[in-house]
Amino acid sequence: MLAEADRALVAAVARGLPLVMRPYAALGAELGMAEGEVLERLRRLLSTGVIKRLGVVVRHHELGYVANAMVVWDVPDGQVAAAGARLGALDWVTLCYRRPRRPPVWPYNLFCMVHGRDRRVVLAQIEQATAAANLQGLPRAVLFSRRRFKQRGARYDAPLLPC
Amino acid sequence: MTALALAPLERRLVDECQRDLPLEPRPFAALAARLGVEEEDVLEGLRRLSELGVVSRVGAVVAPHRAGWSTLAAMQVPAEILPAVAEFVSGFEEVNHNYEREHRLNLWFVVTAPSAWRVDQVLREIEYRTGLAVIDLPLVEAFRLDLGFPLS
Repeated sequence: MLAEADRALVAAVARGLPLVMRPYAALGAELGMAEGEVLERLRRLLSTGVIKRLGVVVRHHELGYVANAMVVWDVPDGQVAAAGARLGALDWVTLCYRRPRRPPVWPYNLFCMVHGRDRRVVLAQIEQATAAANLQGLPRAVLFSRRRFKQRGARYDAPLLPC
Repeated sequence: MTALALAPLERRLVDECQRDLPLEPRPFAALAARLGVEEEDVLEGLRRLSELGVVSRVGAVVAPHRAGWSTLAAMQVPAEILPAVAEFVSGFEEVNHNYEREHRLNLWFVVTAPSAWRVDQVLREIEYRTGLAVIDLPLVEAFRLDLGFPLS
């Protein structure tokens, strides 16, 4: 469990730093923390892996990466960790997760994302990934994105609004 | 949409500054020194990239389930009501990604909140208000997390 001060800080940096000369001081002023404390807490949150990275977060679509595919397989439970490790090691796989199946509507348990500029290139990369992870012949689906309705950073402090 | 033409400095800001933002009082001055430009050039470049929408933010990517809860959710929405349902879903503060995808399950979104309880409440409210089933697919194991996105 994170301390309350860490929670507030994580929520604030997940939202983004102000683009000013001393962003950590500005964040601290908002949270009632000294600049030094902000830096100290961020160091610890990074070293303990709560924050995976701190830096520029890009939006793929605006950079021309318009072919965005979620690829899913139904992998036997005993094989999924090995397959996931192989997929995750590929340069062009940006995310790779195991998630639960929800039969009968959703039989797949291994997910990865591939972003590219060209749909044909992405499809070829998906074939390569399938082979690299020994997933040939297993049930698979490729879900290209068609429309983006919303994309932004997660909010860890969304207010509980009355419905 | 075609790729935007980025100035050389903007391209380097996008390509080389996705991790390890310096943890010192003036991180943009430190970045500027690394890139051989002035602090104000870095701030100006990042502001422009944010305005263009290329940069979503300069900030943290948080490990799943370490500072709250999140899930990936999917729905099968009839085409004629998809825009309205998508807009309703996007209206939740807790929804950070929301896409139409090529599948029978055609609406996919991520819900993130301080607690699993609140994530669940959002999913139930979407089900109740739309009359459509929401499939909840929380992460079981991560094999690769968001580690940045190289341009090359």
